[in-house]
Amino acid sequence: MSYISVFDVLGPDMIGPSSSHTAGAAVIAFLAHKMIAPPLEKVEFTLYGSFSKTYRGHGTDRALLGGIMGFGADDARIRNSFQIAAERGLAYSFAPCDTGDDIHPNTVDIRMENAMGRVVTVRGESLGGGKVRISRINGVSVDFTGDYSTVIVVQQDKPGVVAYITKVLSDSNVNIAFMRLFREAKGHTAYTIVESDGRFPEGIAESLRTNPNVHDVMIVEP
Amino acid sequence: MEFNSAKELLELCRKEYCPISEIMRRRECALGERTRDVVDHQMAQALEIMRNSASQPLKNPVRSMGGLIGGEAKKLYRHAAKGKAICGEVLLRAITYAVAVLEVNASMGLIVAAPTAGSAGVVPGLLLALQDCYKISDDRLVDSLFNAGAIGYLAMRNATVAGAVGGCQAEIGVAAAMAASATVELMNGTPEQCLDAASTVLMNMLGLVCDPVGGLVEYPCQNRNAAGAANALLAAEFALSGISQLIPFDEMLDTMYAVGRRIPLELRETALGGCAVTPSACERCGGCG
Repeated sequence: MSYISVFDVLGPDMIGPSSSHTAGAAVIAFLAHKMIAPPLEKVEFTLYGSFSKTYRGHGTDRALLGGIMGFGADDARIRNSFQIAAERGLAYSFAPCDTGDDIHPNTVDIRMENAMGRVVTVRGESLGGGKVRISRINGVSVDFTGDYSTVIVVQQDKPGVVAYITKVLSDSNVNIAFMRLFREAKGHTAYTIVESDGRFPEGIAESLRTNPNVHDVMIVEP
Repeated sequence: MEFNSAKELLELCRKEYCPISEIMRRRECALGERTRDVVDHQMAQALEIMRNSASQPLKNPVRSMGGLIGGEAKKLYRHAAKGKAICGEVLLRAITYAVAVLEVNASMGLIVAAPTAGSAGVVPGLLLALQDCYKISDDRLVDSLFNAGAIGYLAMRNATVAGAVGGCQAEIGVAAAMAASATVELMNGTPEQCLDAASTVLMNMLGLVCDPVGGLVEYPCQNRNAAGAANALLAAEFALSGISQLIPFDEMLDTMYAVGRRIPLELRETALGGCAVTPSACERCGGCG
């Protein structure tokens, strides 16, 4: 959001005890779970900085696991997320990590594996007040917050792909708020991240996928 | 409808003949492109969460995740029920609700950050206490939350509400300033009196450090939520009695921020100083690392 809302002051509505260590953690994992097709089989969390030191007392572990299972930051099930994950047959682990000095103090790396054997990794940073930033997907540096409706296109880095994406969006009458391109290296995999004010119309992911240079499309809505 | 300082907020109140709550509500509608009904409904939901978190632990106490708190709200509640309380009715209820919210927060229950999770007890504590004692409607309580939101917004915009940046004065201090201003509006004070009350609170809590035992949002955070409610109540009483403040809210906010940045790192949410390093806290905490 571009302004401080009254609900940024009186909010978020959240499961305690900490907006950065609990609510923010849940939001990061919630965003991550939108980036892989269900069902999830296994998830590994690597915790850095302050997350690695105080994660148990702040319920960061329960919040991360809850978020991965699709619970919002205000979902009371977060408290029992270990038990719920066990019931769902979701394997999970937490590893505190002390390395990485230049890393944001409240950072987590999430490695998700689904039943089809697909693996997606996501790095998120909890910025305070429940606000977060996704800073890496599958090792590629990216940057988005999840405050807006976001579409993430995984594509071949080739001429014309971005033009194709914007055409599909404009044909569907999507108003682009922000659009950025991130890539591993020239000619390799690239990520186009488009943020929009409103929700995306039905079928937008399918339309984007029809281009042979588009490998995957993820839609993350608040 | 945007305002960037308390001075501009007061000018808007005068120009529009509105209380602070109404200016803040109109601002939210304009900037968020949402209707009054939608924003009022969302605030009413926040009030409901506040009420639940302030009342549950009175009868059903819960132990915190870190094990440092739990059961304090019930003790206060029982003490009052025996007729042994020495605080007046409003203050007694305010501190009981305030510690209850922190108990819920520390045990992974649902709360509304106001403005932070660690200071979430102050605003609901005092406002719900006033509702009990003066039979105030939910609609008016929602109004007063918009008023509190205006104060918190100015603190977020022009200073900080993060303990790691400005110490506890930025968290509980701002929460109490919000509660004081909302209380004045609820008791029919003027916008000027609201801001005088908010200014008084920042003055009285200036310099308070953030030193949580074990780095957890439990202790002394819970005690300080009660202290914040008490500070807010006395500041509102001052303002309503016509005592004006030499230093306006904008200047107190700047001062709070300047003082906050000069608080040593050890006393800004790092658990490396203050209460966190007392022998008793260290013994309970069981060692660092």
